[in-house]
Amino acid sequence: MQQKDKYKALFCNPNWDYQTLEAADEITSRIGKEYLKLKTYPNQIEIVTSEQMLDAYSLIGLPTSYPHWKFGKDFVMNQHNYTKGRMGLSYEMVINSNPCISYNMENNSTCMMVLVIAHACQGHNAFFANNYMFLDWTSADSIVDYMGFARDYILKCEEEYGWEEVERVLDAAHALMNYGVDKYKKPSKLSPREENERLRKLTSIKRENYNELLRTLPAAANAQDNGGKQQRAKKMLQEPEENILYFIEKNAPALADWKREIVRIVRKVSQYFYPQGATKVMNEGFATFTHYHIINKMYDEGYVNDGFMLEFIKSHSGVLYQPEYNSKYFSGLNPYTLGFNIFMDIKRICEEPTAEDKEWFPALIGKDWLEQLHFVMENFRDDSFILQYLSPKVMRDMKLFSIADEERKKEYEISAIHNERGYRRLREQLSQQYDRSNLIPNIQVTGVDRHATNTLYLTHYIQNERKLESENTKKTLEQIRYLWGFPVALHSKNKLGVNEQSFECA
Amino acid sequence: MSNIIDRRKNSKGKSTNNRQKFLRRVEDQIKKAIPDIISQESITDSQSGGKVKVPVKGIDEPSFRHDGQSGKKQIVKPGNDRFNEGDKIPKPEGGGGGGGRGKGSNSPEVTEDEFTVVLSREEFLKYFFDDLALPNMVKKYMESTVTYQMKRTGYTKDSVPSRLNIKSSFQQSLGRQLALKGAFEQKLKLLQAKLVASKNDEDKVALEAEIEKVVKQSKTIPFFEDVDLRYNNFERVPTPVTSAVMFCIMDVSASMGQHEKDIAKRFFTLLYIFLTKQYKEVELVFIRHHTQAKEVNEEEFFHSRESGGTVVAPSLELMQKIMRERYDERWNIYCCQASDGDVWSREDALNCRRLLQGEILSAVQYMAYIEINSGGEGDLWQAYKELRSESNFSMRNIHEVHQIWPVFRELFRKKSEMSEV
Repeated sequence: MQQKDKYKALFCNPNWDYQTLEAADEITSRIGKEYLKLKTYPNQIEIVTSEQMLDAYSLIGLPTSYPHWKFGKDFVMNQHNYTKGRMGLSYEMVINSNPCISYNMENNSTCMMVLVIAHACQGHNAFFANNYMFLDWTSADSIVDYMGFARDYILKCEEEYGWEEVERVLDAAHALMNYGVDKYKKPSKLSPREENERLRKLTSIKRENYNELLRTLPAAANAQDNGGKQQRAKKMLQEPEENILYFIEKNAPALADWKREIVRIVRKVSQYFYPQGATKVMNEGFATFTHYHIINKMYDEGYVNDGFMLEFIKSHSGVLYQPEYNSKYFSGLNPYTLGFNIFMDIKRICEEPTAEDKEWFPALIGKDWLEQLHFVMENFRDDSFILQYLSPKVMRDMKLFSIADEERKKEYEISAIHNERGYRRLREQLSQQYDRSNLIPNIQVTGVDRHATNTLYLTHYIQNERKLESENTKKTLEQIRYLWGFPVALHSKNKLGVNEQSFECA
Repeated sequence: MSNIIDRRKNSKGKSTNNRQKFLRRVEDQIKKAIPDIISQESITDSQSGGKVKVPVKGIDEPSFRHDGQSGKKQIVKPGNDRFNEGDKIPKPEGGGGGGGRGKGSNSPEVTEDEFTVVLSREEFLKYFFDDLALPNMVKKYMESTVTYQMKRTGYTKDSVPSRLNIKSSFQQSLGRQLALKGAFEQKLKLLQAKLVASKNDEDKVALEAEIEKVVKQSKTIPFFEDVDLRYNNFERVPTPVTSAVMFCIMDVSASMGQHEKDIAKRFFTLLYIFLTKQYKEVELVFIRHHTQAKEVNEEEFFHSRESGGTVVAPSLELMQKIMRERYDERWNIYCCQASDGDVWSREDALNCRRLLQGEILSAVQYMAYIEINSGGEGDLWQAYKELRSESNFSMRNIHEVHQIWPVFRELFRKKSEMSEV
């Protein structure tokens, strides 16, 4: 009991110190584990200043990264907006690593600190450690070391080949960042030691096989080589390849080895961030759900007083603020709100189902909400999560409606609203809105002209009649042209396989 | 299990390197903005850097994107207050991008059009000088770092024996001895008074023994102890190479218009920056003249409207006077004179030349005369022509802003020649 009073005194003091943080971590961990049954990575909680937070912003939270002007640009932009008061900094930032590193702002009040620790160090952490996207596509154990390897490698290249050339390669690879993921194949795990090992082997094989005499026999050697290459090329494209970076890394005819390596690094990084883009709603929703439950539990158990709760409720509702479509603050759906609402409704359906719920979610009725929560959190990503679990009640509460915007029509049309007729369509459309292919054009490698020009053929599969923005497409093709080393052509094909748009970069 | 780390003490500037890379990327645009900064700010302000607006060009990152207007889109929004299925809403005229931003981003993104880069002083100067296309040697010369000097700064209790300061150590020792002696003497007095007062023999013997002990103690106070020792303390302090003063002399007669003044101001600014790179302290003296010469502050120098005829010689005389009164030979004196070359009479121009030849040119490091007019050679130009061969004098005719650089190039050339000698 005395112990509890001590904690209460700590949490009710608006000024926090090391002890407060330790206590917050201890209590939230215990409640997370016992009450919500969360399995997490160990936490590494870092207290940072606003400047350091800006640094963290520009590297998307990674403690290190390779040098590139893009990060400098983000930094300059954020810094400017921050000092001008146009942008606030978030209270925390957390990255998917083991141990799970989270950055907490030094000027958070005690209440915010506790909230943030419950949110990031329990909520996000548990999500990283259990969701299949993160488990399959990222290696939390080695990402920090891998970024160290990447930085060192790029620095070495800058030294050896000059920063201009390195920057050129990075720019080109960055343009394809969205095309560095195998959506269906699970990638192998990262390890900086193995990467280094692989590099060393590669050089030693080359060194061993180097033969001055062979070099003087270009014709014969080439002929053989060409044969091999052709065979390989034939093999390499039996099916369209969606991972363009991978294809270039493995098959670009004239790319220097060190450039291939850089492409590989960018590909690995893009792969690391892939799950984050695909689980924004779930991740934030789950973390918000977690902090909401942990802190309420803390209140129930008597660790915090009413004043603390008032501040908490204010911050919590601030996070969940969803401006309506016609508000001047509206900037799309708030992922925190949407995710939190769906998770809360899953709990409600398990506990107090209505007749409607029984019809919509027969599988949830009468189940243990915590078990269901874990199942959902582990096995879905945004689009499937919404498609499966967005309930009519949430749609009604948020008053969702859907607008159809067709290029050829002069008017927008309301295609569905939150009523009996609209629920399913609304849900499907919202799910599509979070589907990656809706945001990122579906472009794949479909061919290489191996006989004459070495031209790389890309195909854009048009969906919903959405075309490519031509200025950007041309620029991006130039970047691919640089990496590939030979002409690149892109054709946009519609459902019938007819070309609608063509771009070429000779 | 958890690890809590206070990172606040860690060094800042983790992004410095990337920021530099970014600046390199937009270098051209920054350089273009430099002249604007100069013309908008006061001469001494050029020391604090400035803000540079950088257009989006060159910093966008291409990627495959959908054309925002094409195709069929479905956008889900919250907060329906009036719509029913099948309702139609006319698209806004022109573009129809009304529903375009339905991506559901949480953070309101700031458009890149308003991209502003704030440059530090060092960065500002770097670009500023880059523009001048200085040869490397000169650049190095100008960027040369401060020299340090070991300077005596008081005493310290802990150092090497060779730095022992005997005088102050002895003072400490004296003080300590006096203080201790005083204490013993007081004790002695007390004991003696007791001795006189006591009647008991046993007590007397004890007291006498005590007195003897105190006397012995007071005589054996050590002469030096570790606590007395004082050493000379030295610190590395940056020393200004030397100080410099810059005389700005400008003709404000009616014939000098706004454009001419603007050119003069830029020229002065440049010289000021050049000098602050080399010297720790640079003082500015502004002298303006029409028929009379007057020392004024910067504000008045550039902005006050007062005009009349032109007599130049008094301004040089005033400069001479100020030099004699305030700046001895330890000062590096720079002078630049801006005029439209018109003078009242030829006599005046000749006077000026005499003054320069006499005292001024032998005392100054460098003197530049710029004549701001678009046609022909002014009277002053005619008169100064003969001085051209002097190593520390140069003159130029300027009528557009971009012609300032060549004058400076000449200045640097002369400067480096001088330092090579």
